[in-house]
Amino acid sequence: MALLDVNNLDVRFALRHGDVHALRDISFSLERGERLGIVGESGAGKSVAAFSLLNLIAKPGFIAGGSVTFDGQVLNRLSERGLRKVRGNRISMIFQDPMMTLNPVLSIGEQMVECLKAHRRIASKEARAIALDKLQQVQIPSPETRLDQYPHELSGGMRQRIIIAIALLLDPDIIIADEPTTALDVTIQAEIMALLLDLCEQHNVGLILITHDLGVVSQVTQRMLVMYAGRVIEQGPTREIINDPQHPYTQGLINALPQMATPGEKLNQIRGSMPSLSNLPSGCAFHPRCDFINRADGQPRPACTQQVPGFVESGNCQVACHMVAEMLEDRRLKEETL
Amino acid sequence: MSAPAQTLNVPPTQNEESADSLLQIRDLKKRFSLSGDFLEQLRFKGGKLVRHQEHVHAINGVNLDIKRGEALCVVGESGCGKSTVARTVMGLLTPSEGEIRYDGNRIDNLSSRQLLPYRKRMQMIFQNPYASLNPRMTIQQTLEEPLRLHHPDWKRAQIVDKVEDVMHSVGIDPDWGMRFGHEFSGGQRQRIAIARALAVDPEFIVADEPISALDVSIQAQVLNLLMEAQQARNLTYLFITHDLAVVEHFGTRVAVMYLGTVCEIASTATLFDKPRHPYTQALLSAIPRLKDDRPQHIRLTGEVPTPVNLPSGCVFHGRCPHANTRCKQEIPVLQTQNDGTRVACHAVEEGRL
Repeated sequence: MALLDVNNLDVRFALRHGDVHALRDISFSLERGERLGIVGESGAGKSVAAFSLLNLIAKPGFIAGGSVTFDGQVLNRLSERGLRKVRGNRISMIFQDPMMTLNPVLSIGEQMVECLKAHRRIASKEARAIALDKLQQVQIPSPETRLDQYPHELSGGMRQRIIIAIALLLDPDIIIADEPTTALDVTIQAEIMALLLDLCEQHNVGLILITHDLGVVSQVTQRMLVMYAGRVIEQGPTREIINDPQHPYTQGLINALPQMATPGEKLNQIRGSMPSLSNLPSGCAFHPRCDFINRADGQPRPACTQQVPGFVESGNCQVACHMVAEMLEDRRLKEETL
Repeated sequence: MSAPAQTLNVPPTQNEESADSLLQIRDLKKRFSLSGDFLEQLRFKGGKLVRHQEHVHAINGVNLDIKRGEALCVVGESGCGKSTVARTVMGLLTPSEGEIRYDGNRIDNLSSRQLLPYRKRMQMIFQNPYASLNPRMTIQQTLEEPLRLHHPDWKRAQIVDKVEDVMHSVGIDPDWGMRFGHEFSGGQRQRIAIARALAVDPEFIVADEPISALDVSIQAQVLNLLMEAQQARNLTYLFITHDLAVVEHFGTRVAVMYLGTVCEIASTATLFDKPRHPYTQALLSAIPRLKDDRPQHIRLTGEVPTPVNLPSGCVFHGRCPHANTRCKQEIPVLQTQNDGTRVACHAVEEGRL
């Protein structure tokens, strides 16, 4: 069994006018030391997915169904006390904004020691030594001085290095990184991503990387999930999806990147925008924006507007699309008749 | 050049270039005071009352020419002064030193009344469409406002026609005019912001990170819209961005900025094909590309220094792998290369790079 196993996870937010279904039917797994990317646009549910792994969803949100199993424990059935032993200890998180994550009134050293003491019985001196070691690992210049500095004295890139050091503090099995470099400049982003990748490989730590940046995902992760309107619509090995995306949305997303077009030519855009979760289109949530809802003979495919597509296997990938399913079925029939 | 050349560093090509340029920026400098008002600047030092002033040096001597019909992209990391350049050009900030000429006429020292005719010819699109639309105005009112201001003689029907026209051209349904900004998604809001800029038929548009706040699929839509508008209306753009992939697609020429100075200007194809300045090289190698697995990016050491106390010599020398003693002392000037690229780097000049 995989280290982390997510099964049919279903998350809702209870609002005045009824429940909003933020995640539907999310299933994936992560092996030890594996790096997984979760990609999607804002509103796709990728951050909710990350937060719900550690049951960090605040009211009115709640996990309505499914399970998150980590190393044999079902995390969404654990008590707060039990969860606290996992959070930050065996699964740690890196958030988008390093200024919001660090406590502005505690020095870097105090925050790191506090974190160690919360999980281990350890002397302050020893904790400080571990903190110093982690700061060295994330290649912060003059780490001794940094321990006594406050977050506002450091630059954005430096802060994010500290966050990575804190995430590694207790030698976790998995790090969940939610848009870790979005707030940073390109050159700093490249450094931080390279650092995170090196450290994960060195310590055999699993990584769940949430991002909207396909370039980052393609360089860092081994497998990826593409999310749209609260569902996973395509998953598989990163390289295969980037090189040969099956789902029309994934295709659109990749082709919309300026680096995929000839300079000066029109970009391949996806029309419309992501639907609101409280008002999803019937059938496949992507169908109003999809160019492939007609069959080969020009007639609209009724399934697209009526029925939520299930996953079909296409190579090593799983795709939730009626068009792909039909194509594969046609191919199978052709092969049978031959 | 009518202005007295007080320094030697006037690039030789400047006069030739200025012939067909719509906008000329000459030795532009902008400082922001950090020290508050006069009384707050007074300090006791050694028994004497002294005035102590500190400045953020946002722009330190920028020279740019924007030619008619081109899209000049200015790229750089946060804090490099690219947005300050945009705002100074638009007259939203007054330059501390230097000149801005629009169509041959100096505009940086005009009063707002004198500037009004130029405001009609140059418009701005801002980064965050959630902040740039007035939440208490309907879309119709938002789009009518610039028309009323710049065409006081127009009749009501004429204004309504024009608004409908411009809404069509950006792909917004004219029936939505009675709605408010918050009822729209980010991409639609940015379309409305573009419509507002296009309403007065400008010839020059300053776009400050117009797609940075948008999702990938929406970015493509808005970028396409900007390109269509450029073709249909023969617009000139000053396009500020940090996203090099967008620049490669959109820009005619690119100016790379670092810490308030321009370090390289080249045509887009040349810059991406053959980046000269070490900073440009590092910047290009840092773009996360889809296809190559693990790129060899040039790792820069350290971080961008503070613009309060600028480094001596070349502002990039602290992070530059090719820096020597000359770089630490002497400020490099933009120098034209064989292919027209202009680079401010001692290493390139000496042939070390």
